[in-house]
Amino acid sequence: MHPVRKQRLYLVLFIVVFSSAAIGLVTYALRGNINLFFPPAEVAAGKAPVGQPIRVGGMVVDGSVQRSSDSLAVRFEITDFEATVPVIYEGILPDLFDEGQGAVASGELSEDGVLQATEVLAKHDENYMPPEVADALEKSGYDHKGVKQ
Amino acid sequence: MWSFFHKLGSPPWLYGIAGTILRYLLPVTLLALVAGMVWGVLFTAPDFRQGNSYRIIYIHVPAAVVALAGYYVMAIAGAVSLIWKMKMADIAMKSCAPIGAALTFVALVTGAIWGKPTWGTWWVWDARITSMLILLFLYLGVVALYEAYDNKEAAGKACAVLSLVGTVNIPIIYKSVDWWYSLHQPASIKFTGESSIDPSMLYPLLLMITAFYLLFTCALLMNMRAEILQRERRTKWVRKLVEESA
Repeated sequence: MHPVRKQRLYLVLFIVVFSSAAIGLVTYALRGNINLFFPPAEVAAGKAPVGQPIRVGGMVVDGSVQRSSDSLAVRFEITDFEATVPVIYEGILPDLFDEGQGAVASGELSEDGVLQATEVLAKHDENYMPPEVADALEKSGYDHKGVKQ
Repeated sequence: MWSFFHKLGSPPWLYGIAGTILRYLLPVTLLALVAGMVWGVLFTAPDFRQGNSYRIIYIHVPAAVVALAGYYVMAIAGAVSLIWKMKMADIAMKSCAPIGAALTFVALVTGAIWGKPTWGTWWVWDARITSMLILLFLYLGVVALYEAYDNKEAAGKACAVLSLVGTVNIPIIYKSVDWWYSLHQPASIKFTGESSIDPSMLYPLLLMITAFYLLFTCALLMNMRAEILQRERRTKWVRKLVEESA
């Protein structure tokens, strides 16, 4: 290879490697801010600030959803199977919000550890299948990840 | 092999071969797009949780996949034009940028349309969506930077460096859903192990991804042909071409 071209090739590699390293370090330093939400375990460990807008995400605990009979108020718990965070919310929930499914609630944590949510988003997983396949899996006793119940 | 490399550097040869390829590739691309769309929208079952709204996957995922791959095409073309001073590589780099920007825009818009009925919001600043927005700005940045220079050689150099720096963003976009907590779900199509999308839904998706790759190739070749004509407009072969077609 011509020495001038070789030099330019090294320049190209230098640009790619060093800009990757720089941006890698920046994103590593900011990883706490890049995370969209706190898992309940971190809330339980006191890592989430109280009285400031935060998001908490995880699974909605089975059987925890209690709806008010005369308003849109709803109370449920979010878990990551290590800790749970109770959430109270008043408003319309997304269609895919359900017990045993993922959700991300944003709001402020009160002193007693309850999240006063102003917005609740449903988080769906990466599994797609026709309803018949889902039914067949359920009948055979496996969930949609192929794990025996 | 070297003669092929040298021929690639010749504008009339590249213009001609791109035209020949397009003549066959365009009908195949259109056929694949229509077949994939009809298969995906009409002949696959609805999803067990999302119902029919998941069908936007047949545009969202192919547009996003090819937007990422197209960035590497642009950066590699930029590197070749930096190292070997190859004019046709510079043309390829310049021609990639608007196509990539359009694909990224399509991925962002279809994602927003998909997000409203499923997540409950049009937009959220999570790692995947934000890094995808940065990709759009990178593509638009290359377009704007190229136009900002009067000297095309300086423009090519600056854009090549910008596209090389931007390659950092591609693995970040791809791995963002695994590295950080995000609202966006992880990838359904896996290179190793079983994909978490049912085969009956996966095959039309793979066809659509192929169709979008072909669409990208067609758009790139068409852009490059236009750019070659523009730059070579004062040469004999272009004048002859114009006289022949007139």
